[in-house]
Amino acid sequence: MSAPLLRVTGLKKHFPVHRGLPSRVVGQVYAVDGVSFDIARGETLCLVGESGCGKSTVAKTVMRLLAPTAGTVALDGVDISRMGEAQLRAHRRQMQIVFQDPYSSLNPYLSAGAIVSEPLTNFELASGQELEQRVASLFERVGLRVDAVKKYPHEFSGGQRQRLGIARALAVKPSLIVADEPVSALDVSVQAQVLNLLIDLQEEFGLAYLFVSHDLAVVEHIGHRVAVMYLGRIVELAGNADLFGAALHPYSEALLAAAPVPDPELRRERMVLQGDVPSPMAPPPGCHFHTRCPYARERCRTETPPLQEVKPAHWVACHLRPVGGPFGQLTR
Amino acid sequence: MASEPEVAVTANAVLSVRDLRTHFLTRDGAVRAVDGVSFDVKRGETLCIVGESGCGKSVSALSIMRLIPENVGRSMAGSVRLEGTELTTLSERQMRAIRGNRISMIFQEPMTSLNPVLTVGAQIAESLRIHQRLPQRAAWERAVEMLAMVRIADPARRAADYPHQLSGGMRQRVMIAIALACNPQVLIADEPTTALDVTIQAQILNLMLELKQRLSTAIVLITHDLGVVAETAQRAIVMYAGRKVEEAPVAELFRNPLHPYTRGLINSIPRRTAAGRRTNIRGRLQEISGIVPSLREEIVGCAFAPRCSFAVERCSRERPALDPHAPEHLAACWEVARVAAAVR
Repeated sequence: MSAPLLRVTGLKKHFPVHRGLPSRVVGQVYAVDGVSFDIARGETLCLVGESGCGKSTVAKTVMRLLAPTAGTVALDGVDISRMGEAQLRAHRRQMQIVFQDPYSSLNPYLSAGAIVSEPLTNFELASGQELEQRVASLFERVGLRVDAVKKYPHEFSGGQRQRLGIARALAVKPSLIVADEPVSALDVSVQAQVLNLLIDLQEEFGLAYLFVSHDLAVVEHIGHRVAVMYLGRIVELAGNADLFGAALHPYSEALLAAAPVPDPELRRERMVLQGDVPSPMAPPPGCHFHTRCPYARERCRTETPPLQEVKPAHWVACHLRPVGGPFGQLTR
Repeated sequence: MASEPEVAVTANAVLSVRDLRTHFLTRDGAVRAVDGVSFDVKRGETLCIVGESGCGKSVSALSIMRLIPENVGRSMAGSVRLEGTELTTLSERQMRAIRGNRISMIFQEPMTSLNPVLTVGAQIAESLRIHQRLPQRAAWERAVEMLAMVRIADPARRAADYPHQLSGGMRQRVMIAIALACNPQVLIADEPTTALDVTIQAQILNLMLELKQRLSTAIVLITHDLGVVAETAQRAIVMYAGRKVEEAPVAELFRNPLHPYTRGLINSIPRRTAAGRRTNIRGRLQEISGIVPSLREEIVGCAFAPRCSFAVERCSRERPALDPHAPEHLAACWEVARVAAAVR
């Protein structure tokens, strides 16, 4: 079997916390603390979790916009996590990113055409007439009018700007697009337009997506596989149907239960988690989730549960879901 | 041009808004942020106002509270009655006695709406001292009780904390404590959980609904999230481009949406079902093509017509009246019969 398009192994990213004068390092934020996953060609893997769980940091570290503290990121079998900038340049073409905020991620001084042609000139992929044609066809492909090349970002609506960001990412024909909350800033009617576009592009170009989102409904719609993160770690990794049909980690269960469902005739038993997410500067020992978990036992407070494959292609990090064990209802 | 403003309820209304118009005068002309909105809120009910950015839902709330200063070039018209008191003609001084006392509001961003240099206890006590003339000591004690009521652990100690020492969810609890301290008849909540994570959102929504039951406060909940509407409200109003386009009891609205925009909104959300199975495996979501109209030009006819698949010639010419089509169900659409008959 050939190597996966992206293989992330034991990825860690810690940020030092400085305080005082002269400034001293007084602690670390354990933003990403040992994360591993694969993405195959043409596949969408969603990273889902609440603010501060480290999902965006994973995205930025995979893109090498941040240097990892430990672990490897292999793109097409080549480890890019320690590579120098010059060497890295050749690999950058393979992966592109689309950001959450379509307002701050486009240069306000460049015309839309210049924004989309920049990656093409940067990698010397096209020039002159050909460049113009390529940009025009990209505009068409993402559903922007070709005569919009002369406009500036402020003249576009939020949804159109996000299309522009997608065209820019698409320009160099990448095989992986990292999408960091690409529809979170958009209204639902426009969000649907952008999600449809992303799905169409994936089918047309065989793109793989690392799709970061906090919105479970969006994830369920676009994902093939889903990784649920909590405080810097993956707590569950499974196929879409498995995760949304039969989540095994108590945190995944709580996340699914907390998301409001747009159906008033549905009366649900809600599992409402108590308390807040602990600080990633001082994550609790053992299972990070034990402070809010209604099922927590003594062992959960001391011993970190490993991410284990409890069913084919369904990975869970929970002491209470033993490999080969029964998957009945947990009792409080 | 606008016919008699129509609402679904008139009996037992604690808050009545009639033909509310808030326009902002800019160099490029008037922006019609709210353009003739009427509704009633019943005692103790939860009414949701739903719509996308720029539809005028927040400006409506701020206009009701009279929180938009005149010097930003706003012009306001219409009537807002709170239990028979007309708010629009009160002096600022009279309004201050009502705001935070009989009607109060909480906002999306709990960090920017709390005062960073006062303890949260002092901020809750402030409204009690002003409106209920409680002495300092009693106000503080009542503030601690309020913190306990919104389920903040260790309330006596937390009362002495400053806002930055609290998490986002706790700050929103404090905002709720301030808003409910004087036991208002109406609480307006403008996207109170949008800045919060889903597990915290669930806590805050549960808390609001529970306190509503206990204090029989009516809640006007402004949101863009149809999931929140479905789980909290008894009735809902859908706004588009500064106008109310539909109003109905929530179950009816989701079962039988009559305005094409409401339909589009409901169909465009990726939806999860009870068992957590997807209804539509990576199928295409239904989109609403195009974008919202500019509010700078006067919109003749139906504001949604350029994006509407049901639109006929009349729609761009004549503004549709809000007519009742079922009990308590109003929709502003000329083609309601065709919309209702169409398959969703």
